[in-house]
Amino acid sequence: MIRALRAALLAALLAWPASVFAVQPDEVLPDPALETRARSLSAELRCLVCQNQSIDDSDAPLARDLRLLVRERLKAGDTDAAVRGFVVARYGEFVLLRPPFGAHTLLLWLAPALLGAAGLFGVWRLARRRAEPSAEDAVLTPQERAELAAAGAETSDRG
Amino acid sequence: MLIEAGHYALVLALAVCIVQTIVPVWGARRDDAALMEMGAACALASFACVAFSFVALSHAYLVSDFSIRNVVENSHSQKPLIYKLTGVWGNHEGSMLLWVLVLTVFAALVALSRRSLPARLRANALGVQGAIAVAFLLFVLVTSNPFSRLSPAPFEGRDLNPILQDPGLAIHPPLLYIGYVGLSIAFAFALAALIEGRIDAVWARAVRPWTLAAWAFLTLGISMGSYWAYYELGWGGFWFWDPVENASLMPWLAATALLHSVVVMERREALKVWTIFLAILAFSLSLVGTFLVRSGVLTSVHAFATDPGRGAFILGILTVFIGGGLALFAWRAPLLRQGGLFAPISREGALVVNNLLFSTACGTVLIGTLYPLALEAAIGAKISVGPPFFNLTVGAIALPLLLLLPFGQQLAWKRGDALGAAQRLMAAFALAIVAVLATFAFARGGPVLAPIGVGIGAFVAIGAVVEISGRAFGRGVPLRVALSRALGLPRSAWGTAAAHFGVGVTVLGLAAAAWGTETLVVMKPGDRASVGPYVATLERVVPRSLANYREDVGVFALTRADGTSAGTLDASKRLYLTRNMPTTEAGIRTVGLSQIYVSLGEAEPGGIGVRLYYKPFVLLIWIGSLFMAAGGFWAMTDRRFRVGAPVRAAVPQREARA
Repeated sequence: MIRALRAALLAALLAWPASVFAVQPDEVLPDPALETRARSLSAELRCLVCQNQSIDDSDAPLARDLRLLVRERLKAGDTDAAVRGFVVARYGEFVLLRPPFGAHTLLLWLAPALLGAAGLFGVWRLARRRAEPSAEDAVLTPQERAELAAAGAETSDRG
Repeated sequence: MLIEAGHYALVLALAVCIVQTIVPVWGARRDDAALMEMGAACALASFACVAFSFVALSHAYLVSDFSIRNVVENSHSQKPLIYKLTGVWGNHEGSMLLWVLVLTVFAALVALSRRSLPARLRANALGVQGAIAVAFLLFVLVTSNPFSRLSPAPFEGRDLNPILQDPGLAIHPPLLYIGYVGLSIAFAFALAALIEGRIDAVWARAVRPWTLAAWAFLTLGISMGSYWAYYELGWGGFWFWDPVENASLMPWLAATALLHSVVVMERREALKVWTIFLAILAFSLSLVGTFLVRSGVLTSVHAFATDPGRGAFILGILTVFIGGGLALFAWRAPLLRQGGLFAPISREGALVVNNLLFSTACGTVLIGTLYPLALEAAIGAKISVGPPFFNLTVGAIALPLLLLLPFGQQLAWKRGDALGAAQRLMAAFALAIVAVLATFAFARGGPVLAPIGVGIGAFVAIGAVVEISGRAFGRGVPLRVALSRALGLPRSAWGTAAAHFGVGVTVLGLAAAAWGTETLVVMKPGDRASVGPYVATLERVVPRSLANYREDVGVFALTRADGTSAGTLDASKRLYLTRNMPTTEAGIRTVGLSQIYVSLGEAEPGGIGVRLYYKPFVLLIWIGSLFMAAGGFWAMTDRRFRVGAPVRAAVPQREARA
């Protein structure tokens, strides 16, 4: 098990640095508009045998197959969405580097908004509580009081 | 023999650290100065032990002692000397030893800063540091011993991963580790404050330089790592939103938030509980990063030497420290008293917004990184969260942050004047608009948003200049007076301005990437290809053979549009013989702040595949980060952090707008 894992990792490691030359000159489509679409599509498709690489960046044979497939579909007149749908139907959603918005990714896509809202709520609650007068006062020893006063005098006139 | 001594020193360090965990904390409870002082002695002793052990391992690498498993697996007798040395931390075991070494260096520094730290805070903090050291020393000794022997010893080593045979390995991991581990000081101080049950401006002032140092090192580490990836991986990308990159970005985001909230605490005694929480969070995220890299739960380009057993151990450490830290926080934080009042429009208010946005960004990166794991565990669905997600979400959070940054700097403490701040920024805003219009007028191509990016970068950078000039220059103030006033500003003010200027510079560099070009051609000697405003001619391809690799070097001559020469560059394709592993060494020619970047590909019928990039102003991305780090270091040396007990300034300070 461990040995197999090691071997798999080694294979992955070996696949990675070799993947320095992605799109080959012979793949490039003659139509520049179509080629641009192909490039931006492949930048959002994951190379399934690599570590976290788009097929646009990867040199693995499978990535090349997928790049050729994308170009074929584009030549056949598919829209970007249709090409994406075609690839997902074959390889699953795992292939999309931009996760689709849906019930299972709701929390993911809403995360920034939810986190921001939670933070705002916290600040609002704090401000409300702060607005009420507080009877508490910091308990400091006289020495600390003197230290603090000195620190304040030293720093209060600085930016 | 030296190896056994090094191993023994590590065990000794463990014993010393156990004492360091218990005795000073006990001393602080009993108010016993002698027991508290034990912490410092232990910290220095454990540093000496770990340093010795590190030297022992380095020696084994330098002399290529192949009776040690770690050296066999990661070194080679024919390897250049520098890579023999950097190879010490180019593997799991050695890098963990470096991690522990940095940890003990920091503890020793805390032990030595007797003057600037209150005794009980120092004792408790050293206790917490000791506990962290115990955990990681155990980890090294139990699961990742770098000193284990191999018998019979082979005659030759298996060489270091070629990707790591680069000066980048000498720079990137040590800087990053200093940053990661430096955050443990803030964590230790936070826990010490919770153990004592009190926290005040003195605490904030004590923790600030350490946080600044850790943050600056982390900034440098991340940015140098990014530059390394840029030139080494051969397709010119500099940030991939790889899980491990995210793992280093999260502590950075938390540390940046912490840096700003500590300021509020120091000045106004507000945000205490939040600051403590951030200090715990920042180091916890460093630990999460360590876990992600070394456990193999996430696939990543950095996942060297992963092992489920080690992952479980680190997960244990993670649970103890994060869980323990947060439990202590939940138990003791209600004891901490809240501080000063402030209006929403004020420097404090702006810093609260800063913290809100930074923590939202941090949380988003965390969720984005772990979501696929969680989803697969929950419902078995496999999805990928890649660069498109992070660019969109983090970009959306960064935008208001960048726009508000110059305003925040112009607001006064307690109660700011929004209109006045806007007025003082009019010049910066006008210049930024000019920058946008000029970009629209002169730049060809590129997305519409890019000139806006240039404008935002210019606004932030000029806003930072206004930060200083606004405080020095005033109506009717002679230039000489203004200059001496500017020079008289405290270092923390200059550091802040420099760091914010750096943010603007980095944004400019990122925006300029939109005008980069990429050309993909098959070339044979004599062929020409255009790359941005230049023309590259492949002059010849030369095979070359060196100690542990052989390579084909493509020599390119660059000419400008008017035919004058712009120098040459060498791009090569290497094959490292021991591991039979090919790498690409990109050829990079720097012209001003822009770069021409060429990498060689496969041999094709009729020539060799060549990829040529023109990257305008790309260096600004990293120059900006250098400004940020320099600002951090400069602010760290501010007088009020250096002097121990605060003394009243001998000369009355000039009044300056806060």
